[in-house]
Amino acid sequence: MRALKRFGADGIALLLATAIFLVPFSFMLLTAVKDRVQSADLDFAWPTSWPVVQNFVEVIEARDYVLLRAYVNSTILTVVSVALLVIFGAMAAFVLQRRAGKIGKMADFLVLSGLIIPPAIVPTIWLLQGLGLFKTLPGLILVEVAFNLSYAVLLFRAFIAAIPRELDEAAMIDGCSGLRLFFRVIFPLLRPVTITVILTSSVAVFNDFVNPLYFLPGDENATVQVTLYNFQSQYNTQWNLLFMDIVLITIPPLLLFVFFNRKIVAGMTAGAIKG
Amino acid sequence: MKTSHRVLGAAVAVLAMTALTSCGSGSEPATDGTVTLAFLVDNSQATVDTAKALTDAFMQANPTIKIETETRPGGSEGDNIIKTRLSTGDMSDVFWYNSGSLLQALNPAQTLVDLTGDPVLQHVQKDFLPVVTQAGKVYGVPSGTAMGGGILYNRKVYDKLGLKAPTTWAEFMANNDKIKAAGITPVISTFKDTWTSQLFVLGDFYNVQAAVPSFAQDYTANKAKFAATPAAKAGFDHLAEVHAKGHLNEGFGSAIADQGMKMLVEGKGAHYPMLSAQLPPLVATMPQAATDVGFFGIPGTDPAKHGATLWEPAGLYIPKTTEKLEAAKKFLAFVASPAAAEAVNKVVQPAGPYRIEGAKLPDNAIQVAKDLQAYVDKGATAPALEFVSPVKGPSLEQITVAVGSGLTPPAEGAAQYDKDVEKQAKQLGLAGW
Amino acid sequence: MTKQHAGPRTGPAPAHEKHVRASKQRAAYPYTLYLPAAVVYLVIFLVPTVMAFYFALTRWTLFDSTFVGLQNFRDFFAEQNLRIGFANTLFYAVVTSGLKVVLGLLLGVLLTSRLRLRGFLRSVVFFPVLVSTVAVGFTFSALLRPDTGLVNRALALVGIDGPDWLGDAGTALLSVALVDVWKGVGIATVIYIAGILSIPRDYYQAVAVDGGGAWHRFRHVTLPLSWPATYSVILLSFIGGLRSFDLIWTMTRGGPGFTSDTIASIIYKQYQAGFFGLSTAGNVILFVVVTAIVVPLNYFLGKRQAAL
Repeated sequence: MRALKRFGADGIALLLATAIFLVPFSFMLLTAVKDRVQSADLDFAWPTSWPVVQNFVEVIEARDYVLLRAYVNSTILTVVSVALLVIFGAMAAFVLQRRAGKIGKMADFLVLSGLIIPPAIVPTIWLLQGLGLFKTLPGLILVEVAFNLSYAVLLFRAFIAAIPRELDEAAMIDGCSGLRLFFRVIFPLLRPVTITVILTSSVAVFNDFVNPLYFLPGDENATVQVTLYNFQSQYNTQWNLLFMDIVLITIPPLLLFVFFNRKIVAGMTAGAIKG
Repeated sequence: MKTSHRVLGAAVAVLAMTALTSCGSGSEPATDGTVTLAFLVDNSQATVDTAKALTDAFMQANPTIKIETETRPGGSEGDNIIKTRLSTGDMSDVFWYNSGSLLQALNPAQTLVDLTGDPVLQHVQKDFLPVVTQAGKVYGVPSGTAMGGGILYNRKVYDKLGLKAPTTWAEFMANNDKIKAAGITPVISTFKDTWTSQLFVLGDFYNVQAAVPSFAQDYTANKAKFAATPAAKAGFDHLAEVHAKGHLNEGFGSAIADQGMKMLVEGKGAHYPMLSAQLPPLVATMPQAATDVGFFGIPGTDPAKHGATLWEPAGLYIPKTTEKLEAAKKFLAFVASPAAAEAVNKVVQPAGPYRIEGAKLPDNAIQVAKDLQAYVDKGATAPALEFVSPVKGPSLEQITVAVGSGLTPPAEGAAQYDKDVEKQAKQLGLAGW
Repeated sequence: MTKQHAGPRTGPAPAHEKHVRASKQRAAYPYTLYLPAAVVYLVIFLVPTVMAFYFALTRWTLFDSTFVGLQNFRDFFAEQNLRIGFANTLFYAVVTSGLKVVLGLLLGVLLTSRLRLRGFLRSVVFFPVLVSTVAVGFTFSALLRPDTGLVNRALALVGIDGPDWLGDAGTALLSVALVDVWKGVGIATVIYIAGILSIPRDYYQAVAVDGGGAWHRFRHVTLPLSWPATYSVILLSFIGGLRSFDLIWTMTRGGPGFTSDTIASIIYKQYQAGFFGLSTAGNVILFVVVTAIVVPLNYFLGKRQAAL
């Protein structure tokens, strides 16, 4: 009886997931393998011809293999930015949550402001030019870190609040404080939320196209999202190639996610506090 | 503890590596006497193809100059990229950008190289120069061709129903009734791509000018208004009328330009208020687009004064920050020559007449280009308002969607646009506002 | 890996302990931990933002600027569709964040349960997050088309004549909001999964000993103890909703006409038109409005958190 019930729940969940999440995905796949004329209909019709390989090759070869370079750039950008985000964000959130006071209140407000105020592009360019970082990858990395920091701090802070202070005090009695207290005691306990921050901000950085467009222009420095502009313009869009590009830049992160899914969850569970 | 150190160490290492390996995209000093020019163009198919034809032909003739083409998005996103790069001193050596009111907003006196009296202009038609001129100084040469803004129509449908291209609005509406009776969509509208909704208003400027010759001047000087000038308000009335009569395609509110063009070429719709430049990129995949689709100017009230509104070609400009002025000028001189037009003709079908002395349409030009050329030969064209006045409100496309969907009455739409224009003129700091 | 035995959770320290705490705090939680975050944030974000706020008082073409005092603010308030924009912004933020909290929690519970397919389902729910906004916009525009769209075809099967979802003034904003939920619920779910997995197992065991059922478990353990997740999801998605324009922009451009405009999309239009001073003034106004809503909300949510 119980098994049957669970089987039923599984079935319903599967059905809903298919309808809501996989139908749109199949639309993208279908459009990606159509020919140019038919793809302009933007409908669910079955492809009349299958230029799969041709579309694939055309997207990869476009603008002198820009997509491959973009992959390298996007990977470096995402990995470094997210590593810095996690470390900087977690440390700041820790002090912010534990130490109330005037500075804390001020920092609190600044964190919220970071979520609310949209970044000012032109002054940021002036500043990066002054620092000699404009149009460089390290410059763009710092931009991504700064613009996503509030988000990371907010998440970390909320979860640090759930870690009992008694833990800190026990550690302090062992002579552990400051940096050591944080990295030895607190940070390991934050694994579930750390993984969440890594996941969500990787996606945010990887999918960002506004900032690369302004802070790292040029085909040489393209990131994956910017390649979408190769096939989409104000007047004419090559829908089949656009969607092939979308599929190509969406699938690898999806595969990574599926592949690491088990590890992600294991990591989250391992970090849970034993009550 | 170990883990955290490893993470930190890895992060530092990666950061150090990227700092070492990433390099600015700046051009290396040429060792063998070749100069490399950076050339920024928008990413529409027509522009990219034209730019490729131009640079290929130029590099063949000038082996010591290499041109690297860079693309940017079009539309207002592109406007902001151009402004940002110019104002931060980071523009490519040559760039492709609109002429007319959009150029005026780039502060050319401060940012662009003055080409007045320069030999690069020797083949440029004199009547093109005003759209790349500010305060008496010329800043650009024409790239590509002019295009028409009016009604694209399916000639097969016209033949089948025995219709003839209208010269007055009343004839146009009479045609629409017959087309509707035959079960074909009379007027295609694609309001998801909001810019396409403006054609009934912007493309009507030939008629406005015919009725009120001083409109552009008075409008720039804050003396004439759309809502108070019946000839100018007519564009808004037309928009409302075709919607009220039920002449639009089903789902016009969420249709996009590509779908509209496909409907037109396939004969599912008869008329599409549009720019002629939409056609050439279609010819490759739908060859009948070259012959089946024709063009007529938006009809007005007087058949004797029928004509068409023309969009001038974009320009090529050189920013003051370039270090390769000589090579850049050489490229501009080539682009503004009949030889360049010939090179382009081989690759891209022109959507209208060239603005270069001695440059001709190819014999196999597409029908809309021929139709447009006929208007030019008759002398029955006027440039669109945005080429004779720096004033253009940014919300026109939303207002025309609202009027064309029956959400706003035409008179109110015209009044809203006058307010929108006022805001723009104030933001630009124009005299008299 | 450190494994500590944690005592019961406590609220804020009682008053008499505060003095002792203060000196201890300095050593235990040094401000130097702020330093890396603070430097990057200050230099790359705050300084340019402050510079930009000055330009809210100018007519700014990027090439030069003229000081005009508060004129931009007056102009922004005179914007023709600002009233609709305000109403739409609130509607959008409430609908999207409300649905993300509810659906995110449900999916979070479902995907941490013993469902056999949960690994697969987790990937499926997270997939929309990975897709770029452009792709989402075009895909749903196709699905929601009035004639050939899948949604209306499905509705036709049960005898309903669906509207032109995105082209009709009455349904456009709601349609975009629902797509926003589709795209964003994966993030909320992941945050909830982290929240639920952070709950010590003992609590569940205690409930099991007491003989509580699934609902009891949810109501008295999962729901209250996943509060950090709820707090984050509400705050992030509400602020996101108030500021949102990218999906609106790709799907309706604020249209038809101005009917699905939000404040952020009105500001974006000023920016696109090249009215940089005016759009910055709009941003200042949006900042004040959002702060006026979010700071009390944050205070209220924070109080609940402390009370746990």
